[in-house]
Amino acid sequence: MNLFVTLMAAIFVNNFIFSKFLGICPFLGVSKKVETAAGMGVAVIFVIALASAATWLVYNFVLVPMNLSYLYNIAFILIIASLVQFVEMFIKKSSPSLYQALGVYLPLITTNCAVLGVTVTNMESNFGFIKSLVNGVGAAVGFALAIILFAGVRERLERCPIPKPFQGFPITLITAGLMSIAFLGFSGML
Amino acid sequence: MNPVKIIKNGIIDENPTFVQVIGMCPTLAVTSSAINGVGMGLSTTAVLICSNFVISLIRKIIPDSVRIPCYIVVIASFVTIVQMLLKGFVPTLDASLGVYIPLIVVNCLILARAEAYAGKNGPIASLFDGIGMGLGFTLALTVLGAVRELLGNGSLFNIAILPESCKTLLMILPPGAFITLAFLMVLVNLVRNRK
Repeated sequence: MNLFVTLMAAIFVNNFIFSKFLGICPFLGVSKKVETAAGMGVAVIFVIALASAATWLVYNFVLVPMNLSYLYNIAFILIIASLVQFVEMFIKKSSPSLYQALGVYLPLITTNCAVLGVTVTNMESNFGFIKSLVNGVGAAVGFALAIILFAGVRERLERCPIPKPFQGFPITLITAGLMSIAFLGFSGML
Repeated sequence: MNPVKIIKNGIIDENPTFVQVIGMCPTLAVTSSAINGVGMGLSTTAVLICSNFVISLIRKIIPDSVRIPCYIVVIASFVTIVQMLLKGFVPTLDASLGVYIPLIVVNCLILARAEAYAGKNGPIASLFDGIGMGLGFTLALTVLGAVRELLGNGSLFNIAILPESCKTLLMILPPGAFITLAFLMVLVNLVRNRK
């Protein structure tokens, strides 16, 4: 039950995009079409789940026993970078079609602050292994949900007459702001 | 090489926030008050200046194929140093910026400058590029923070200005960040189009 609350809180209440502003770059960059947004969402869920597990193990079994916990930032970003590289090679071998679909977005996940954000939050809140994993997957599902919903809205925006100064980023940000107001409604849920 | 021109380029012509639109996560996340904007901007500037300088110094030693991981390690080291300094000397600022301090590592602005400028130019020019870009980023964050603080909390740098009845809580909540930045960008677009 406790884990279920953690999961729901991570997906809706503390939504990574709309309440914590983590992963805004891919959110704005890769949300022009629903299909690419979905691909990005799935890739991020996969990487975050692996990263939550790997960083928890390294932090608790390597950094803490050796009194090197202040190096967590450097260690985490290296783990994430190598994980992304590994996932890229794995997908390339096992499923070339998925690899083609994700294309350039895969390597970009390294600099997606949602991944580093989740691992640092898990570490700072002293979550156990299972809770870290659940929190990570929940945050990633929240990210995927937000980016897919947003891509749906943006596809429609393409066909609207928008005043010239508002074209491009401003109207995108206003849309995101309105969706963020909607997500505020979840804050009383738990 | 003209230092004044490089710095002006970073602050106005290629402002990281309003023109290049990079480094959005900290821009939106920490700007609920002007002082947070200044703190985040200056921390990022410190990391950017140091990393630009060091990366430019070692740019000829690093093999091309592993340059990104090398850049990230340099950046992460400076972020750790800045984080320790903040914890030691301004713990209140460290607490209010929270998780976003370690996340400076993945601020696309820093990696983008390493890749686009410091990896190709000399150390002194890179140093000034870091100062310019950093100040441009700080300026944008401070303006955004000031507008949100004034509308949302009725104050500026913690000094009360507007009466209680003028406060709009929404502006310091997450939606306010998106909407304020959108309208600031509209203003910048209007000014640029007039030129």
